Amino acid sequence: MSRHRVKAVSYDDDDYDEYDDGYDSQDPEEKEFLEECTREVLSQLAAGTPSVSATRDEVQEALWHYYNDVEKSVNYLKSKKTKEAGKMKPAAGKAKVTTTGPSPDDVVLNAQSSAKGFKSKQPASKTQGDKKDQAGLASDMGNLSVIEKVNVKSKNLDVISEYKKSKRKNAMNFVVIGHVDAGKSTLMGRLLADLKAVDQRTLEKYRREAEKIGKGSFALAWVLDQGSEERARGVTIDVAASKFETENTVFTILDSPGHRDFVPNMIAGASQADFAVLVIDSSIGNYESGLKGQTKEHALLVRSMGLQRVVVAVNKMDTVQWNKDRFEEIEQQVSAFLITAGFQTKNISFVPCSGISGDNITRRSEDPNVSWYTGGTLVEELEATEAYSHALEKPLRMTIGDVFRGSIQHPLSISGRIDAGCLQIGDQVYTMPSGETATIRSLEVDEEPSEWAVAGQNVVLHLANIDPIHLRSGDVVCHASAPITNISSFTCKVLAFDHLLPSMVDIHRGRLHVPGRISRLVATLDKGSGNVVKKKPKIVPPGVVARIVVEMDHAVPLEAPTRIVLRAGGDTIAAGLLE
Amino acid sequence: MRLVKNKIEYNGAGSVTLIPEEPEDMWHAYNLIVPGDVLYATAIRRVTTTGTTGSTSSSRVRLTLEIRVKNLDFDPQNSQLHVSGQIMNETPHTKIGQHHTLDLELNRQFTLEKGSGPDSEGSGWDSVAVEALKDAVDEGGNRRAEAVAVVMQEGLAHICFIGQHRTILKQKVEMSVPRKRAGGSDHDKTMTKFYQTTLDTLLRHLEFNTSATSMSTSDPIRPVLLASPGFIATSFQKHIQSVANTSTPALKRLLPSIVVVHSASGYLHSLTEVLQSPTVKALLSDTKHARETKLMDDFNEQLRKETNKATYGPREVEHAVEQGAVGRGGGVLIISNRLFRAQDVAERKRWVTLVDRVRDVEGGEVRVLSSEHESGRRLDGLGGIAALLTFPIDDEDVGEDSE
Repeated sequence: MSRHRVKAVSYDDDDYDEYDDGYDSQDPEEKEFLEECTREVLSQLAAGTPSVSATRDEVQEALWHYYNDVEKSVNYLKSKKTKEAGKMKPAAGKAKVTTTGPSPDDVVLNAQSSAKGFKSKQPASKTQGDKKDQAGLASDMGNLSVIEKVNVKSKNLDVISEYKKSKRKNAMNFVVIGHVDAGKSTLMGRLLADLKAVDQRTLEKYRREAEKIGKGSFALAWVLDQGSEERARGVTIDVAASKFETENTVFTILDSPGHRDFVPNMIAGASQADFAVLVIDSSIGNYESGLKGQTKEHALLVRSMGLQRVVVAVNKMDTVQWNKDRFEEIEQQVSAFLITAGFQTKNISFVPCSGISGDNITRRSEDPNVSWYTGGTLVEELEATEAYSHALEKPLRMTIGDVFRGSIQHPLSISGRIDAGCLQIGDQVYTMPSGETATIRSLEVDEEPSEWAVAGQNVVLHLANIDPIHLRSGDVVCHASAPITNISSFTCKVLAFDHLLPSMVDIHRGRLHVPGRISRLVATLDKGSGNVVKKKPKIVPPGVVARIVVEMDHAVPLEAPTRIVLRAGGDTIAAGLLE
Repeated sequence: MRLVKNKIEYNGAGSVTLIPEEPEDMWHAYNLIVPGDVLYATAIRRVTTTGTTGSTSSSRVRLTLEIRVKNLDFDPQNSQLHVSGQIMNETPHTKIGQHHTLDLELNRQFTLEKGSGPDSEGSGWDSVAVEALKDAVDEGGNRRAEAVAVVMQEGLAHICFIGQHRTILKQKVEMSVPRKRAGGSDHDKTMTKFYQTTLDTLLRHLEFNTSATSMSTSDPIRPVLLASPGFIATSFQKHIQSVANTSTPALKRLLPSIVVVHSASGYLHSLTEVLQSPTVKALLSDTKHARETKLMDDFNEQLRKETNKATYGPREVEHAVEQGAVGRGGGVLIISNRLFRAQDVAERKRWVTLVDRVRDVEGGEVRVLSSEHESGRRLDGLGGIAALLTFPIDDEDVGEDSE
């Protein structure tokens, strides 16, 4: 009865008449939905531990109170039943009496309001809920509640089996590295333009704008260099992500900055990548200076961050007239260096190309000077890379790459790549080091809306129920069931790139970037066997593996085995594995 | 700090009367006063009296108290020194043996007495203490070389004051900056906000008068060093310029004293690099920072070369001194003044003896670095003590038994 009382209050007079005649005149659609929900609740109650039984009336009553929210009704009934387990029967009977019939107060109120024909505020909101149910938006309403806290219902999918069922293309990320001004951004801009990932009009616009400020040759780089400062200075500052598709694979480009001041950003990019594209400037003089500069540092970094494969794009070949000897000289020197850095020969490939003209990038060069080259184009080399498997079964770990305001609907979004595990809409997640919880309201995988995501995918999570001050790039998202711990000191096994002695360092792990200090040099180790060579060395020379203790001012979320990079004074001094 | 009276006896006992004049003097006082000393200074003490009827009333009285120092507490942020100990003199309001914590105040003199000899608890005016006193007393009155440094990176800025003897981190500004993305201007917007917040914070700490009437004042402005990797510092300078041109013309006074330098990161330890840069060296007439930083660099260089002509760590250095390696012709003992502040008298004596030995017996050089400076912090990482040796020592054996 009370249901109809409430409904009647808010409806206009003509609606009112229609519904006045009692229980049986219920809308068939609504009835069906109620029936459905009741079944759902009953089954959930039976399945839950301890299993609870409830009468249909009780269930429907609970459903009514919770506006057909199955989950809440289940919880309510469960707690009620367990609480009153002993005196279940009398309690249930009593509840029936009090709630099925309207209370005396309600009767009076009802009479008053219907007589006067006004809508009292509270019933109005209730009835709106029912109205929408009728309109068939029932399921949506189930997810939303009147309480201000956003409550997103999880579908409780088995994400891993969903992932196995879905037939997606392989997805791979690669980081583009190399010395400053090697043409990384331009090369990638060309790649995107030729694969039609950027439309011609946008390109034209960039070209015009670039010419206006006298930087015509930078037009292609502007596809990736979106920042105003980056454009004004013609230098990439932060990692830019962009995706394109080939027949079998979805690639995500992580275009990293080459300037030595922005190596931290490059580390952030490389931490999300599966393999690397090393761009080398083949023009006279620039190649030599690059080899001494970031070409070397970047290559060592990506190797020590666990990347196995590198495609070397020997860029600007047009400036040396596609000279074969030049290419071979570079190939020989660079591969020798990469092998000493720890890459395997089979995982290194070389492509002579030109970013500005587009030769050997998506199409074979038609220049007669290049006839000596028989290998694949850059895209073919990219496709030749095998897909990597990711740790889907492990607990969720995702390093936040960026915190931003997505849109009006999504005032708080984070992006990043899932390092391990999986997640889905409605999940409660922890962010560390703040230790705050958030709810995933919705998510995007590779810019497409999705209901779940697994390790290895680039995702944007739209969050609810958290204040943005608790989120910073570099934080880690995890599940409450297996949270990552914050630590302020750790032991790690590192390969020294420079002399190591107890000193101040910057610690990098992906986006995470914190100050700390090497507090102790525990021992130098044998490179092959890992046995202790010398305990408590005074100093660790470059090229030696050592075990060291690092302390930080603030606790940060780190756990073994994580690859970390230590830098000091603008140079990478060591990289290694947390123990 | 002004020295009012000096009554140090030949045997190392005696007292000095000092007036701290600026906040940094508190730091000197902190280094001078050791547990066991007798400190004589004015204090405010709350005295509770019980009347005959049992009613109590409390009042604050200014007293001159003499205490035997037990503990020191220094607050580097506000430059305050709290010295606690037991009262030694009788006053109408206190009894001998009661505890009191003296808060040393600026421009109020205090007398510090150090005992010497077997019967006294303190270590007396040893060579290190006398040296520290000399350091503390501003003779020429010309060592106010001070600068303000803002070490920044995207979304992070450290504002610190660089003094003669220490570097104080005044404030850290932190802001989450969204990354660049196509079509969005959030990045630029947030960066502008970040610059503005940093500027506001900086002005607050500089106690800079931004009112329009302040244009005519001629307060000296300390040099402001802006340091960052990449272009952040330059952009920040531009931001200050544009603010000066538009809303706050008073800022124009600040502009000439701004210096932009490069640093590897926005963390405080990048300050070493800032202080090393030629522009900054030229700017700060005082070369103490530069000398200390150079010393640490030389030391690191020796370690790097693996000549075994440099060593660090308490045991290793003591061993080297015993061998006579820290002597004439290039031997340098580098020691952090943190070691002299040891609460334990024996511990302090250990280091003072070492310093005396190097200086007087071996003929080596001794440099005491301030633990509140960047170079001192680097030294603290190495155990607070290091030495450049005159001849190589293989201290393999020392390393083994110092487990």
